[in-house]
Amino acid sequence: MPGEAQLLQGTLDLLILKAVSLGRLHGYGILLRIGQISGQALLVEQGALYPALFRLVRQGLLKASWGTSENNRRAKFYELTAAGRSRLRQETDGWNRLATAIAAVLAAQPGEA
Amino acid sequence: MSIAARIRALRARLFRGDQADAELDEELRAHVEMRADDLERAGLSRAEAERRARIEFGGHLRFKEQSREARGGTFWETLAQDARFGLRVLRKSPSFTGVAVVTLALTIGANAVVFASLNALILRPLDVPHPENLYSIHRVKDNSANQSYLDYVDLRDRNRSFVDLAAYDIIQAGLEAGDEPTSTWALVVSGNYFDVLGIRPYRGHLFHASDEHGPDSVPTIVLAYDCWRSRFHEDPGVVGRTVRVNKHPFTVIGVAPPQFKGTLLFFGPDFYAPLVDKGLITGVREMDSRGQRKMIFQTFGHLKPGVTREQAAADLNAISIALEKAYPHDHLHLPVTLQRPGLYGEFLGGPLRAFLTALMLLAGLILLAACANLGSLFAARAADRSRELAVRLALGAGRGRLLRQLFTEAVLVALIGGALGLAGSFALLSWLSAWQPFPRFPLNIPVTPDATLCGAALLLAVVSGLLFGAVPVRQVLRTDPYTVIKSGPASGPGRRLSVRDVLLVAQVAICALLVTSSFVAVRGLERSMHSQYGFEPRNRMLTCASLEMSGYDGDAVLAMQRRMIDALASIPGVTAVGTTDTVPLSQGDVPGTFLFKDETTDLKRGNAAVFPVQFDVSPGYFRAAGARLVAGRSFTWQDDKQAPQVAVINQLLARTLFGSEARALGGWFKQREGTRTQVVGIVEDGKYANLMEDPEPALFLPVMQTPASLTWLVVDSDVSPDQLGPAIRTRLHALDAGLPVFLQSWPDAMGFPLFPSRVAAVALGVLGAMAALLSITGIFGLAAYTVSQRLKELGIRIALGAKGGEILRATLSRPFKLLALGSAAGLVLGVLASQVLAHMVYQATPHDPIVLTCVVLLMLVLGLVATWIPAQRALSVDPLALLREE
Repeated sequence: MPGEAQLLQGTLDLLILKAVSLGRLHGYGILLRIGQISGQALLVEQGALYPALFRLVRQGLLKASWGTSENNRRAKFYELTAAGRSRLRQETDGWNRLATAIAAVLAAQPGEA
Repeated sequence: MSIAARIRALRARLFRGDQADAELDEELRAHVEMRADDLERAGLSRAEAERRARIEFGGHLRFKEQSREARGGTFWETLAQDARFGLRVLRKSPSFTGVAVVTLALTIGANAVVFASLNALILRPLDVPHPENLYSIHRVKDNSANQSYLDYVDLRDRNRSFVDLAAYDIIQAGLEAGDEPTSTWALVVSGNYFDVLGIRPYRGHLFHASDEHGPDSVPTIVLAYDCWRSRFHEDPGVVGRTVRVNKHPFTVIGVAPPQFKGTLLFFGPDFYAPLVDKGLITGVREMDSRGQRKMIFQTFGHLKPGVTREQAAADLNAISIALEKAYPHDHLHLPVTLQRPGLYGEFLGGPLRAFLTALMLLAGLILLAACANLGSLFAARAADRSRELAVRLALGAGRGRLLRQLFTEAVLVALIGGALGLAGSFALLSWLSAWQPFPRFPLNIPVTPDATLCGAALLLAVVSGLLFGAVPVRQVLRTDPYTVIKSGPASGPGRRLSVRDVLLVAQVAICALLVTSSFVAVRGLERSMHSQYGFEPRNRMLTCASLEMSGYDGDAVLAMQRRMIDALASIPGVTAVGTTDTVPLSQGDVPGTFLFKDETTDLKRGNAAVFPVQFDVSPGYFRAAGARLVAGRSFTWQDDKQAPQVAVINQLLARTLFGSEARALGGWFKQREGTRTQVVGIVEDGKYANLMEDPEPALFLPVMQTPASLTWLVVDSDVSPDQLGPAIRTRLHALDAGLPVFLQSWPDAMGFPLFPSRVAAVALGVLGAMAALLSITGIFGLAAYTVSQRLKELGIRIALGAKGGEILRATLSRPFKLLALGSAAGLVLGVLASQVLAHMVYQATPHDPIVLTCVVLLMLVLGLVATWIPAQRALSVDPLALLREE
């Protein structure tokens, strides 16, 4: 698929938290949301999502509850907990700092520094 | 958390695991279907959409497993999964599982039984308040604890170390509660007995020191709980009821609590009576005689806070020295120490502790040997399963996971075996606690199974499971999936002496040790049944007629004794009848006295020439007992109160008192109270209290001159006991219909002194049989392993024309070498251990060619049995078949 970016190790959790922070979602919905907001640039392997979801639930960052999907299927919905919200803020800050730093490194020209 | 609560929590967790699994499945299914919905909207057919959705999703199982792990808390799930798989695997090889479970059940069961006995008799303190500083007073010399009443009172009132001192004696008495008198056992206790122990009444009230006002002053008794239940049917109105003890009226004032059975661990009385009434009940007045040390069996009390055992003993010894100064005729100072009351101090406690500790050690060693065997079995199985393990490794299972599986299987087997063993030990223990080996003595072995025992067995099972489960670990860790799958399990017999070989030698040695000891014990027992006792127990019937229980007193006792002798002598087939107050080698204890040389004038205890055991016997006793008179004459009915005092003494007493037997006959000596007595006969030496004793001097006095109400009739006859017993009963009841009569053959009565030997022989025999069984499986395992490892080589040898003998030598020389090594070591150890055994079993000696031959033969037979099947397999190797298999 053209324009598809490799997912960095450890960034899946961040993406999930962000996607869920925009509204209560089921697993498949999270995939769609990530694809949609990244302009289909970031695609998560479908099965790999679930171990990550369970890990986040266990860490108390997400909470899950059963509900009904838009086309009437029983599905498990995830939403952020307070801890998840603050973790998302931290991770976002961290990511931004890292991205700025890496961008600065990559923008360096010969003769600089 | 209790065990039950833990099990509930575990079950809830496992259940939650199942539910979580179902939810996971549903969630993943929903995901795939939603994807399929989208694909269908994009124009695919439903079937095609679902197929695509599943493919896109990827490795369903892998993600499921990962999700499970991510969810956490999967330890129990994995365990349950391993356990389920383990059970399936074990069920597939029933013979392997059977051998392992039976081995463990036997060994864990044996350990549980020995541990329960050790716990009940040695480890657990007496079940009374504050047992930690409760001590009884025992003499250093022989651990005896008996006292005279006056000495007890002085010790109680003059010591500064004990909060208070209580005392008691054990008596037998006829108890009537509105019915026929039955023979019961009672404790006659000092007034402060229950207060010293801190025992509260179950019903009514108990004795107090303030109740005592001199001899026969407290006409009351307290019932033991068991007696109240069985004899009085839990009568709630029993307090205040009047009963008769040896025909004397007593009022029941209370019932002791259920768990209280006196201060001896192995004996429970029927009731408690006041010590000051002992004279009234037994008819023997000895309360005001300081020299009469039969009055009290044991004296005990709590130490004051801060007082050590040594300080208290020094205190008591100082009082005893002062008493000897004040009463030189009656009190002889013998140093005392403080010991635990439960097993009568070190008297029983010492040997019992040594015996049980040794048994525990042996049982532990056997369990260890069993673990070694099962370890080899598991290792062999892991080798057989190396293909399965390799496949699992290749499919991506972690080595940790495989080990976990193997450990789970091992612990599973251990738990099943442990549960069976525990069930068996429960059965054995409840039989043991109800066991009554002595018809006249109410033995109470408090070995009821409890939570401690279950905990110990569980621990043993888990530890042994982990232990033998650990044996194949290295093998699994080394497994390389590619080579195993390619070429089959790596082979090549190890030539070095491996750990497994050492374990095998060790267990053969343990087996030989136990077999040697049990043979030594059995031979000792057999010999002691046919040795010289100084009397002849065979064909002798003992009859105890409890005259004091039927109210006979004074001269009536002697008259009745004479009538009984005449009555029994008239039974056809009876050749001799006599009475004695104590039967040698049947009650464990024989009263002693002390004598002075005729020329001694200062009759203080310290000047006594000799301390013999004393028997009060009737004319005809020596003939009836089969005791040989060496010189002089026996007693006649003319040796009565009016005649000069006479005595028969044994050879040792004759030599001690007079220097030689010749000088003794017709010689004179003085009894403890100064009576001059002439020796009229000398009887052969014998055994009196127990079989292990050194030769003891013995004094026989005529019952006419030294009356004794305790009457044992010794009847020598050529009639069979089945006919003699009823005849004796009929004759005695013709004389007095209410007389309680107890009958026992003399060889049966000797079960009492032989009891320790028998217990030792049985215990060693059982453990020895187990060890033999384990040795067989151990040797079998090694031989079978060697043969299967070298099948190829053997096939080639046979193809090249090797003879059967050479094949056997090649395969079985190693197991047999190990067997010989272990047997030799065990035999040496067994000979050494028998020195210890000689303290318990009469005439136990390893220097016995029969014992040594038997042990060697038995070990050889074990070897042959164990190697029979592997040898057959080695001999029947078919080279062609082997070649075809390759």
